[in-house]
Amino acid sequence: MDWTYIQGILMLAGINMIAVLGLSLLTGFTGLFSFGHAGFMAIGAYVGAWISASPASTPAGLGLPFILAIVGGGAAAGAVSYLIGRISLNLKGDYFCIATLGFGEAIRLIFNNVNRFGGARGWPGVPGKSTFVAILVADVVAVLFLANLVKSRHGRNMIAVREEELAAQIAGIDVFKYKMISLIISAVYAGVAGVFFAHYMTFIQPKMFSLTKSTELTIIVIFGGLGSISGSVLGALVLTALPEVLRAFEIWRLVFYGAAVILIMVSRPKGLMGGMELTPSGIRKVVAERNALREAKAKLLAEAQSGEED
Amino acid sequence: MAAILHIRDLTKKFGGLTAVDAVSFDVSEGGIVGLIGPNGAGKTTIFNLITGVYKPTSGSIEFRGKSIVGLEPFRIADMGVTRTFQNIRLFKNLSVFDNVLTACHLNANYSFAEAILRLPRFRTQEKALTAKAEDLLGIMGLLGYRDLIANNLPYGLQRRLEIVRALALNPSLLLLDEPAAGMNPDETEQLMRLIGRIRNDFKLSVLVIEHHMDLIMGVCEHIVVLNFGEKIAQGTADEVSKNPQVIEAYLGTSEEAADA
Repeated sequence: MDWTYIQGILMLAGINMIAVLGLSLLTGFTGLFSFGHAGFMAIGAYVGAWISASPASTPAGLGLPFILAIVGGGAAAGAVSYLIGRISLNLKGDYFCIATLGFGEAIRLIFNNVNRFGGARGWPGVPGKSTFVAILVADVVAVLFLANLVKSRHGRNMIAVREEELAAQIAGIDVFKYKMISLIISAVYAGVAGVFFAHYMTFIQPKMFSLTKSTELTIIVIFGGLGSISGSVLGALVLTALPEVLRAFEIWRLVFYGAAVILIMVSRPKGLMGGMELTPSGIRKVVAERNALREAKAKLLAEAQSGEED
Repeated sequence: MAAILHIRDLTKKFGGLTAVDAVSFDVSEGGIVGLIGPNGAGKTTIFNLITGVYKPTSGSIEFRGKSIVGLEPFRIADMGVTRTFQNIRLFKNLSVFDNVLTACHLNANYSFAEAILRLPRFRTQEKALTAKAEDLLGIMGLLGYRDLIANNLPYGLQRRLEIVRALALNPSLLLLDEPAAGMNPDETEQLMRLIGRIRNDFKLSVLVIEHHMDLIMGVCEHIVVLNFGEKIAQGTADEVSKNPQVIEAYLGTSEEAADA
């Protein structure tokens, strides 16, 4: 196992992590499940490729700097998510989930049939601009932005929507607006992940962004633990590396992958982190909650005993 | 005294069923009004109409002289009307403190960018929110349960937390939907005093649905009685309890009463 090999896996995990962090905001913090985020990745990947690929290649690109590809890919995914959100966010629970599933597949089929972007044959000439450092920086920025957002009133409003939608409305929270913002941010994250993915693979094809990819992202979020950023980070690292670690099992490796996921979910139903954060303040919070529960129990017990004596 | 809430000919039909039928009443500024009636009389439906959860079939609802019919629930909450629920709806998996802190959000106005970049306005406003949430918990005697997950709170205190969460929005009209449901006489007594106290301390008007007659009779200055969606009586506790129609609605007709 040489460093390039490990670095390759880490880069792939880092790219997945960006998309997973976005989905974590939507699913883990706002309570909306999506099976179409590979569609947003596809939009990011293709728009990013178009911006940075050289005009001489086929299909021809604009030949602009990588940073513009990141901005453009993220913005395009965000803009499309706004349109999708306008028509589908009024749907309740499972119905929204099915709408996203349809959207993801539709995007894949559109790219399959648009020859301008290479169609089903794919787009070979994407410059390999996704460096290890660039991905690392993107991941750090993604985590910091998300952590700060979640700890603000905006993040708390999203959590309130997840916890109890009607009560959130009555508490003066514009539920539709916060669902929309959460969807747009998650789509921008997925779009940026798509840009990095395209510039890492240097070749993209619509079938890379199939339902399987969307499902993989959602599995990682749930595996890591809903409502936990550290969970999403850990989940992306573990579940991207796992198929590689299991390579020794050859054709059986996906069976073992499935078995490993089932094993963790059965033993830790709330995912690896289960809503906890691996930060000093996150750990303090969990400890405080445990202590409060113990005190409350003791208080109730004392009251019940004094009641019996009366 | 001026009316803070002014309801005229409010009607709500669900298909062929008229749940609320041309009901009119006022809540005066600073008043405590009780809404009573047998099960299915349309009390909670009226709450849902006032808070914008349902849209009325006809009739008007004015809050501080402005119509609030057709507004989204969060806008109505913004204007200062808030409520609690018959079946408690807390943010169950959040701590007591976070429940209140979340509801305090209307007291801050920093943007997304300011939050993500942790700019000074974000930090000062967050500090103020934390102080306000702790203040409210202190006043309502829940500070000792600050870090407890709301779901683990004893039942009576969950109801109280719902009231605290409502107060965090700085309401001027508070709607309480059966706040004493499932409480023992002791807890009901405490709650009665609490309702009176928050009315005075927070300078608000209260509209309360309740089945506990002692609570209604003890705390409400004005009572509206509903039966099958229609208003059958209103007045002070004394007037209402002597009204023959009210007695009939609750106890049946006099022959039936004599039989029993």
